[in-house]
Amino acid sequence: MLGLDKKDTSLFLLVLLLVVLAPFLLNPFPENSELAQFNAGYPDLMQRFLIFGIFAIGFNILFGLTGYLSFGHAAFLGVGSYAGVWMMKLLTMNVLPAIIISVIFAGLFSLLVGYISLRRSGIYFSILTLAFAQMSFSLAYSVLTPITNGETGLQLALDDPRILGVSQVDGSIPLAHFFGVNMRDSFELSLGGWLFTFNAGYYLCAVVMMIAFYIAVRIFRSPFGMMLRAVKSNQQRMNFTGLNSRPYTLAAFVISGMYAGLAGGLMVAMDPLAGAERMQWTASGEVVLMTILGGAGTLIGPVLGAGFIKYCENIFSKINDNILYEWFSALPEAVSDILVFVIHPFIGKGWHLTLGIMFMLIVIFLPGGIMEGFQRIGKLFSRKKKKEADASGATPAPAE
Amino acid sequence: MDAILLQILNGLDKGSAYALIALGLTLIFGTLGVVNFAHGALFMIGAFCAVTLSRLLSLSYTTIDPERTDFLGNPLKVETPYVEAWFGPETGAAIIDWSVPLGILFSIPIMAFIGLAMERGLIKYFYKRPHADQILVTFGLAIVLQEIIKYFFGANPIPTPAPDVFAGSFDFGAMIGMDPNVIIYPYWRIVYFLFAAVIIGGVFAFLQYTTFGMVVRAGMADRQTVGLLGINIDKRFTVMFALAAVVAGLAGVMYAPINSPNYHMGMDFLVLSFVVVVVGGMGSLPGAVLAGFVLGILESFASMAQVVSLLPGINQIIIYLVAIVILLTRPRGLMGRKGVMES
Repeated sequence: MLGLDKKDTSLFLLVLLLVVLAPFLLNPFPENSELAQFNAGYPDLMQRFLIFGIFAIGFNILFGLTGYLSFGHAAFLGVGSYAGVWMMKLLTMNVLPAIIISVIFAGLFSLLVGYISLRRSGIYFSILTLAFAQMSFSLAYSVLTPITNGETGLQLALDDPRILGVSQVDGSIPLAHFFGVNMRDSFELSLGGWLFTFNAGYYLCAVVMMIAFYIAVRIFRSPFGMMLRAVKSNQQRMNFTGLNSRPYTLAAFVISGMYAGLAGGLMVAMDPLAGAERMQWTASGEVVLMTILGGAGTLIGPVLGAGFIKYCENIFSKINDNILYEWFSALPEAVSDILVFVIHPFIGKGWHLTLGIMFMLIVIFLPGGIMEGFQRIGKLFSRKKKKEADASGATPAPAE
Repeated sequence: MDAILLQILNGLDKGSAYALIALGLTLIFGTLGVVNFAHGALFMIGAFCAVTLSRLLSLSYTTIDPERTDFLGNPLKVETPYVEAWFGPETGAAIIDWSVPLGILFSIPIMAFIGLAMERGLIKYFYKRPHADQILVTFGLAIVLQEIIKYFFGANPIPTPAPDVFAGSFDFGAMIGMDPNVIIYPYWRIVYFLFAAVIIGGVFAFLQYTTFGMVVRAGMADRQTVGLLGINIDKRFTVMFALAAVVAGLAGVMYAPINSPNYHMGMDFLVLSFVVVVVGGMGSLPGAVLAGFVLGILESFASMAQVVSLLPGINQIIIYLVAIVILLTRPRGLMGRKGVMES
């Protein structure tokens, strides 16, 4: 289907199904139950899953295929966000031009950065991209304040021109919309104890993400993708055969920069503001974490990684000591005190500690990320089956 | 002339910090071939060693003095630090006052232990893994260390003053025969610079003039051959890792009075130190030191009012800009050796 082979089609359909049914799947617990805090089915979080999923898919096209580790991808996301907000300030509140312009601007910026950075490889490349990102971050904070609004962050204002739309509606800033469909519009479905929210913005993100995912699959399976993998496995040998690999890596860099810009544009479409902290190198580090955690070089890994990190971030930082005490209320008081004392540093504000430890464990024991974990588990089962089959076949039943 | 001298002096303290961290990074990279993203965290832990010691020294017990009363008329509670009780009030106060320099002694065993534990417990398993994995695992470790410090010390910067003798500034211009009040320079910064110079000199002397250092240098040049000669080079490289951790820690201890330690200071310095290492040339110790000072001084020149008014924002980005230009024109950095990190 659509030029995908059978396996990819089923993967694509699986992802499509998951994304469409996410409002159900992520809300497995009834609204008033104790476990409701583990629900992730509200629009804001689901949008973030998809947006960071797009970001990670794009990063994976560069890192997973070519092996070039960029530590400055957040800069493209930031540039995209700023461009998007400006479109909303100048043109119209329709999100389409904002998203398109974010992609274009991020693409141009990544072309510039990539052209310079890709002259070096290995750690030098990482440092160069990091330098560019930190430079953009510092400039956005200081000199470029007229464009970026410095520390406050760029926001919409009542007196913005919005020449294609309206400047204000009844004395307030108009909402972001997609040809009349308001991004914040939600349809709520109450079924028994469950409350499911279907949000317009989420489904816009979902459509964009499916397109992005489809393009990524095509890139992975194309001769171009093959060339990028060749760069990863042995660039020197490619040069010896007389092939200049830089146009390929540059193309990969720009594509992944455009994905980052797309993510930035969508962020703006969902919530029209942009701040410089989106470009900080910790933000770049985060997308690296997502990709590695999910599994670099796999199709669906980065999306899983992004979802996993954002979900854990949300849940872990919400849990506090009182909730823990409630959970352990069945245990004797002394035991629950000790348990809470032990768990306390890892929850709430300590979520980054959990993230760091998780990340180290993954890099140490599962360099292939979650996807490798699945494969290992899968192998374990298939081997067991084989062994069982062997065992039942080879050893005759003992005679009584 | 005096303006130029002033900027050079201003750049020295940051330059010293860059040089010390970059020196440690290069030591680790040159010996073990590991890219250590947790080195900034070691710097930060050093600074928090100073904080811990000054807190430990000012641990107090409370006594009630019936003869004096506080403003409510109750008997006054007097807090006496244990050190003052043990060593007499004057010596005790002096010990508390000198907590940052004493932190040097306090931090050396701690940093050496952390360094050894890190190398034996984690880095050892990453020699043969690709550089990307090394970067990632040490990046994770940096997050963990940073969060642990944040958990125990909170997120706010903790002021850690220098000894009273070194508080305030002195007139450097008058000392070298210029007009008075032109170059006013804080004492502690010159102390920091001298301290850094001693440490850097010490590390170089250690590598140059001791047998241990000779073996390490030989191992850096050709690890296999040294191993074939029956020398356990791994053990020595582990010691070098601990040494690099100590250097970073000491840089942090002495930096505490200049900038109040907070949990993310390591990350802030790390990015810049990596730029410094790359500019100096990966694997070159003199290059790292040189680049550290050069970039520190350049940064201070770029923050002069005249320069900023001419090129707004240049002070924020000068280091990165220089790094980009150098990497593109001299790909091996200022003093890089051939064949390091070029595969």
